[in-house]
Amino acid sequence: MAGKPKLHYFDGRGKMESIRWLLAAAGVEFEEEFLETREQYEKLLQGGSLLFQQVPMVEMDGMKMVQTRAILSYIAAKYNLYGKDLKERALIDMYVGGTDDLMGFILIFPFLSAEDKEKQRAVIVQKATSRYFPAYEKVLKDHGQDFLVGNNFSWADVHLLEAILMVEEKKSDVLSGFPQLQAFKARISSIPTIKKFLEPGSQRKRVPDDKYVETVRRVLRMYYDIKAN
Amino acid sequence: DGVLMFQQVPLVEIDGMKMVQTRAILSYIAGKYNLYGKDLKERALIDMYVEGITDLMQMILVFPFSPPEAKEKNLDSIKERATNRYFPVYEKVLKQHGQEFLVGNKFSWADVQLIEAILAVEEKIPAVLSGFPQLQAFKIRMSNMPTIKKFLQPGSPRKPPPDEYYVETVLKIFKK
Repeated sequence: MAGKPKLHYFDGRGKMESIRWLLAAAGVEFEEEFLETREQYEKLLQGGSLLFQQVPMVEMDGMKMVQTRAILSYIAAKYNLYGKDLKERALIDMYVGGTDDLMGFILIFPFLSAEDKEKQRAVIVQKATSRYFPAYEKVLKDHGQDFLVGNNFSWADVHLLEAILMVEEKKSDVLSGFPQLQAFKARISSIPTIKKFLEPGSQRKRVPDDKYVETVRRVLRMYYDIKAN
Repeated sequence: DGVLMFQQVPLVEIDGMKMVQTRAILSYIAGKYNLYGKDLKERALIDMYVEGITDLMQMILVFPFSPPEAKEKNLDSIKERATNRYFPVYEKVLKQHGQEFLVGNKFSWADVQLIEAILAVEEKIPAVLSGFPQLQAFKIRMSNMPTIKKFLQPGSPRKPPPDEYYVETVLKIFKK
């Protein structure tokens, strides 16, 4: 039997964070190798480990998996967090697509200029409160169940909690108009594997800072300016 | 009407659902019509290949909406990515296993996505496959599959390359 999954990424959130969340939620222990230098990255490239020359990359079950969505789908299915049939999977995929779009606005945030950051903060809050949170609030209200899909804990719940916490870091009272989501947040946070992941000392990464941005730029030689869309 | 879950299109009404999120819709169709591999590992490969192509297609998707002065640079980027990052991967996959299809010796979503991407890039850069013999053969094979052949014929629901009218329409509808 293969060993623990091994995550290759920077020591920071970025696109790998959703994978950390999902593995943690599933109770799966994992190892991490942090990219700190350009040389490490080039070694991975030359070794043919990065299919499209990009990270995240996760070594798991004999595969060197790339593409965040592919990795997440594989983990979700393997650990029974992907619904019980095609239709539940469709719902989970739809919901995850939405939270993914929302978190996309936050993903670029650390790389923006100070001025653009303020504009982007407003965009994040506006998208969250007028487009995304209302959709999930309605789903929960309509069926009155504890979880988003099929009355069962799934990838969609993990992803939504991650998104909620990230938006709250930008505006702490952002859930004030969303009672269902407040209750959802409390419920999902108290699931034992999630609770553990939320405690200090877990592999959850901090809010990205300048050092993280520097590391990414240096390793990827990504020195161009990033603009919000 | 509350029909667009995240206020966006595409929207596909299928099997009693009003589905949004392109990836979700595609995954559902692939799953339903047996184009998603035979097990979890094949599905993982298909997902990886599809996601790579999606990244390339994203560049083509936004191209019509870029300002005129940026178009040449964007075209160069598309050519660079296609020939240095994406096409070599699929060329290698096909060369290594020598099979007709990308995954599991069987026609799948990944093959459809790749033929779509090849044709879309060729519309911008006609000689783009010149260094890729496997992909050239793949393109011919896929184009000859009956359902795909039909879709490539005039009169099918396949849409022409985006023109100014298309761009105008999109911008007008989404004007905030």
